[in-house]
Amino acid sequence: MSGNMNITLKVWRQNKASDKGRFETYAIPNVSEDMSFLEMFDILNEQLIIEGKDPVAFDHDCREGICGMCSMFINGRPHGPLKGVTTCQLHMRSFKNGDTIVVEPWRAKAFPVIKDLVVDRSAFDRIIAAGGYISVNTGNAQDANSLPVAKENADHAFFAAACIGCGACVAACKNASAMLFTSAKISQLALLPQGAPERNTRALNMVAQHDAEGFGSCTNTGACEAECPKGISLSNIARMNREYLGAALMS
Amino acid sequence: MNWLSKLFNSSIGQKLLVALTGLFLCTFLIVHLSGNFQLFKNDNGMAFNLYTVFMTTNPFIKTVSYVLYASILFHAFKGIHLAIKNRSARPVAYATVDGKANSHWTSRSMGVLGTIILVFIVVHMGDFWYEYKFGHIPYIRYTQNMVTGELTSTPLVGMDGQPLTINKKMEEFVDGDNKIIIVKDLYAEVKEEFTNPLLVLIYLISMAAIGFHLFHGFQSGFQTIGVNHPKYTPILKSLSLWLFGIIIPLAFASMPLYFYFL
Repeated sequence: MSGNMNITLKVWRQNKASDKGRFETYAIPNVSEDMSFLEMFDILNEQLIIEGKDPVAFDHDCREGICGMCSMFINGRPHGPLKGVTTCQLHMRSFKNGDTIVVEPWRAKAFPVIKDLVVDRSAFDRIIAAGGYISVNTGNAQDANSLPVAKENADHAFFAAACIGCGACVAACKNASAMLFTSAKISQLALLPQGAPERNTRALNMVAQHDAEGFGSCTNTGACEAECPKGISLSNIARMNREYLGAALMS
Repeated sequence: MNWLSKLFNSSIGQKLLVALTGLFLCTFLIVHLSGNFQLFKNDNGMAFNLYTVFMTTNPFIKTVSYVLYASILFHAFKGIHLAIKNRSARPVAYATVDGKANSHWTSRSMGVLGTIILVFIVVHMGDFWYEYKFGHIPYIRYTQNMVTGELTSTPLVGMDGQPLTINKKMEEFVDGDNKIIIVKDLYAEVKEEFTNPLLVLIYLISMAAIGFHLFHGFQSGFQTIGVNHPKYTPILKSLSLWLFGIIIPLAFASMPLYFYFL
């Protein structure tokens, strides 16, 4: 078959969190350039299972770039070399025959490795639980326009809400900071009237939880924004800083 | 006061202090540079030496200078502390990192650049600030004819040819048509220091470090205090590049070069 490639994978293997972990090298022959990156891992795992070996554990779910489960650090970049896509939307046509590809898990104190390429991202859940919600009784649906929202605010809230919580921002950041994630989750509510009643406690508690999880702090390198598969803007971090400082000083 | 300790122990609160001290140091650079331009005046350092007296005696300037020293120390040591803390947020390093794919190297090297600048500040203050305050800077005597404006200067020496000192920074009096000014000659010290090629090289490297540090730091400080606006952020970014990244460091660098090639 023309267009098929031989790929060498250097994959991080680690049995459990307390293990030291190591790289294993696998040769994958005959890789179609139309395969997704995860399909290549499926083939590797079938190979490993046939050989009676332990398959590589990796996170995945929807495989259409919207769930935020897949999380591979490929050749030094989260979700690989393409912009604006998750690992599942990366295809082998982005690589060349004979390439050696290094695949690592997200690395952060707050994201401990569970096994191989799977990390525990429940720190994000705890940041959300600290204030990334609104406390309203939903009741009956309201009239559509009873709460007017400026178009621009609605758009920016929506852009922030596009965050799928994959953790690529943490993985890309030299400080393993989760401020792009936290700021997106604060911004999507700060921009809307529904978020207003709890805006102060939300900013204070979510940032406090971010720090308590052991994420680093932001030094504005912009790596998170550049690597985010959903294009979450750095301006959200400035908004979070305003929300937090405003709440800390004025509330 | 619990809220205060919470604020200044939070990641954003600590970043705020680093940003505010950093931006204050940026404004200081502008003042420092504009004062130092007097080094280029063709008056054998009279304007510069008088400016030095003003900067070390004016009570307002003196107060600001203590805030400045505190800001430098705070900015440097808080920055180092945060850099160490941030590093510990990733205990296991990646085997491969493609940093240039997503960020500028200056933004990833603020700790190293800042350390170079801190060492430079120690060297620089040792060269001039310490010498001026505690060293033995010779005095110079300027004689300006108030009718013709003609200016002459001679080192202040005694009958035996040894340098003379007075027990204050400057003395000013009128003698006939002449205005006489006797002042500590820091200008001569500057001129003397920059004949040393090694020192000139240290200054040039340090000015490059300041340029790279501020290319990221100036606009980053605004982002940290929450200023990010589609109208103003592009202006701040071009100030970061052109004013703080290029023009100011080049202007400072021109001073050691000027005296070295004089």
